[in-house]
Amino acid sequence: MSSRRTFIRSGALALVTMGLSPSFLRRAVYGLELPKAAKGKVLICLFQRGAADALNVLVPHGDAEYYRLRPNIGIARPARAAGSAGAIDLDGFFGLHPALSPLKPLWDRGMLAPIHAVGSPSATRSHFDAQDYMESGTPDNKGTRDGWLNRYLATCGTCEAGAATTPRGQVEGDATKATPFRAVSMTAQTPRILQGPAPAVAMTSIDAFTVRSAGGVSDRLEALYRTGSADLVHATGAETFDAVKRLREANPQRYAPANGAEYPRSEFGQRLKQIAQLVKSDVGMEIAFADVGGWDTHINQGAATGQLANRLTDFGASIAALVTDLGDKMDDVVILTMSEFGRMARQNGNGGTDHGHAGSMFVIGGNVQGNRVHGRWPGLAREQLYEGRDLALTTDFRTVFHEVATSHLGARDARALFPGFEATSSLGVLR
Amino acid sequence: MALLLLAACSTTPSPDSTPQAMSMPASIGSIAPREQTADEQVAHVLSRLTFGARPGDVARIRAMGVDAFIAQQLHPERISDARLDAWLSQFETLDLSFNELQKLYPRPADALQRLNPANRNSLSPKDSAELRKTAEGFRKVTTEVMAARIGRALLTERQLDEVMTDFWLNHFSVFSGKAVPMRYTLAEYENETIRPRALGKFRDLLGAVAKSPAMLFYLDNWQSAADSGRPRTQQPRLANQRNRGLNENYGRELLELHTLGVDGGYSQQDVINVARALTGWTFLPQAPTPQQIQQLAGGAGAGRAGRLNGRAQQRAGQALAARIPEPGVFYFNPAVHDAGEKTVLGTTLRAGRGIEDGEQVLDIVARHPATARHIAFKLARRFVSDEPPEDLVERAAEVFTRTDGDIREVLRSIITSPEFFSSKSFRAKLKTPFEVVVSALRALDAAPDPSQRTAQFVTQLGQPIYGRQTPDGWPDVAGEWMGAGAILNRINFGLAVGANRLPGARATAFPGAEPLRTASRDAQVDGVIAVFLGGRVSPETREILLTGRNPLQSGNATDGEREIPPLQGLAQLVGLAIGSPEFQRR
Repeated sequence: MSSRRTFIRSGALALVTMGLSPSFLRRAVYGLELPKAAKGKVLICLFQRGAADALNVLVPHGDAEYYRLRPNIGIARPARAAGSAGAIDLDGFFGLHPALSPLKPLWDRGMLAPIHAVGSPSATRSHFDAQDYMESGTPDNKGTRDGWLNRYLATCGTCEAGAATTPRGQVEGDATKATPFRAVSMTAQTPRILQGPAPAVAMTSIDAFTVRSAGGVSDRLEALYRTGSADLVHATGAETFDAVKRLREANPQRYAPANGAEYPRSEFGQRLKQIAQLVKSDVGMEIAFADVGGWDTHINQGAATGQLANRLTDFGASIAALVTDLGDKMDDVVILTMSEFGRMARQNGNGGTDHGHAGSMFVIGGNVQGNRVHGRWPGLAREQLYEGRDLALTTDFRTVFHEVATSHLGARDARALFPGFEATSSLGVLR
Repeated sequence: MALLLLAACSTTPSPDSTPQAMSMPASIGSIAPREQTADEQVAHVLSRLTFGARPGDVARIRAMGVDAFIAQQLHPERISDARLDAWLSQFETLDLSFNELQKLYPRPADALQRLNPANRNSLSPKDSAELRKTAEGFRKVTTEVMAARIGRALLTERQLDEVMTDFWLNHFSVFSGKAVPMRYTLAEYENETIRPRALGKFRDLLGAVAKSPAMLFYLDNWQSAADSGRPRTQQPRLANQRNRGLNENYGRELLELHTLGVDGGYSQQDVINVARALTGWTFLPQAPTPQQIQQLAGGAGAGRAGRLNGRAQQRAGQALAARIPEPGVFYFNPAVHDAGEKTVLGTTLRAGRGIEDGEQVLDIVARHPATARHIAFKLARRFVSDEPPEDLVERAAEVFTRTDGDIREVLRSIITSPEFFSSKSFRAKLKTPFEVVVSALRALDAAPDPSQRTAQFVTQLGQPIYGRQTPDGWPDVAGEWMGAGAILNRINFGLAVGANRLPGARATAFPGAEPLRTASRDAQVDGVIAVFLGGRVSPETREILLTGRNPLQSGNATDGEREIPPLQGLAQLVGLAIGSPEFQRR
């Protein structure tokens, strides 16, 4: 794969140096001037690293076992009075943690589809292994080198129509779709889920994606990468300067969120704000990724208030602001939240919870089958728990990923996305 | 069209070299034909066998001769490294064992639990201070390993040895973020497992890695046990020893990554049987609890030990405690070893054995022809080019087989080969982020940085030290390192160097900089090209460094007309050079 990338890039520059209209060819090859993914669909993946306590995020207040297992940290049943410390009722059985109140309007508008008892079939309770499996998309197989989102990028999906608009006979294949911003991770490093042969850009902020010098230095650097040498470094450099310019044009100095959206000042909130900026900017972004830590609540996790509540306040308010900001664009956007596993059903001796098994996910968008909690509830009685201690799994996370990749993004070769996995049924989270 | 494209793809023009036919007999040694000019050979060995030229290195190697330099570097044990040794002595954690590190530098969460067992909402100022100190100490364990890794590459006179250490640490890659115990294994792994064997025998290196707590922990073999129902070398006493099952992780990567290679001709059954043979190769990541010790002493179920009275059990417990392996030290645990018969790559390992199963498996895979090829290929890729010539790989693999995996000899065959000194391989490799940073430090003759700051630059460039999650190690081909974000990071790194933000390095204090500071812009440009860009660049690159104008785009209305502001000084020129495409190559 990498050698093909090398070839495509060097080949493109070779054409340039052969005297064929450079700007035209560069456009054709890097797809920089192309419209973004034909159907304009965007997937935003948000990873809660550290194993979020699903049973206190999406609270099964209708299950009496829940309160038996969690006498001190359980979230109280929904109260009729507003502003109480109880769960926010969704369907009479499940409720949201009170700190997630900003997400309730999304539920009411049919844009929020929570899934319960979902996760990895692997028995591992190691953060590292479980994150690895969730990102590689291959539970219990450590041999997978690429992430499943990168496999999606490599095998493509919605951008087929975009490719068809480029002149035939020049360069075929993936290169035509390679806007550098097709996949953007708002992280310092490219996360495992996006690692692989297809290019993906990681940045901690849009402002950081630039040459940190002005005037003569920046001009000279650009010129150094545009001396026409037909090698990979020069080619990628030229592409980089194009990308920086493109992002600068798309990034007004003062970005004002739409519809009165107010993002939290947290790192996570600010990163979601920039994802919204990229979605609106027409740089061709199809996949966005961000992560947020602090979920490993072994000690003193609190209940309606406390440690976990603080994390959820930021999490919920950030996502709600993103949805508000994107407005009607949400018809083309799916936000998918995930965490490597859930936590033990029973509270531990330190007012916290230890590593568990199944967890929960949120699927949010204008076209989701919202206003409904998805998945089959396995129950919390002792014999219903996984290994007698954790929420059992009733939905493989690949079922969800698969549905999002095919129904939302239009991936065609879905089997390549999750090797060894047959998607026998669909959850129906997307309309 | 495709042909034209391919032809145009070949890179790195070398105008001075005399093209020669490569059809000459492939004799090994210094008499082999070399396409590179004498000056190119000097630059080439400096770029491939070291982490980059320091000021003065070119003259030194020109004087001693390229071949003498290679011969010297192949025997690091004969090279004194006093300056490095003196610098390293400041670190507190590098020589400590796993057990000592764990005791002296516990993780903050454990300290918190000790200081605040009742989960109060606030800590006393004294406890807070202690917690802060614990956190600092905990960080130090990894900080020192990373700082020392960079400092060594910068300072050591045994450059090839360090390049090979880097190579093997990547071949046998481990990830510090796997879990807390991992970080206590790193110093020992680098300094005692890998570096002393970097130019030794492959079987010896492989065996040391197989028994290293770092690899045992990273690829889970420490907790791999015979599946239930399998015969065991000894009956288990601990419940968790009885219940665990086989973990194939290390067995698989041993074959796929460490030895035979992915197309090495092994089956899934081989993976399982290798893993079975290695059950019981383990270490304790933590001292056993008193209950576990008691269980071990008296909890053998229905056996005689089960009827021991309290005092006898206590005595047995004490006796056992004395025999319990120290945490962080390899031991073989017969109670979890699968003692059944197994066949590995066609060889039958008979039933009823113990640790010798694993040793024999390592013998088999270390001497397998696919391993010779796999290692030869990776070395050729590292030292010659991303897609090394088949002939070269074949010859190196032959040396591997003939010398029973003598790494020094395999390496010698590669770095004295005509392919190594071909025009095609000159500047054909892309520097990894680690190499970018260290080569800049070396060119600037920087002082080594004992803090974590320089390592953070390596991280920002995309190659955190001990930060590769997957066991395949960092890629060694240019395409994997190139992307819009990656180039930007490299450019910004150059600018950071020009702005004197790299610890220990002043952009205008490299030897020879003094007269340049007041010299003409022409002389400055030539001086910077000499120090940072191997002495030679294309006329366009020189012109751009000098005037900012790209001669190739002179006809271009938008770029040509605009006034390019002049550079402000030598430091900016240095930053430009380090951010330039030429500096990214070696």
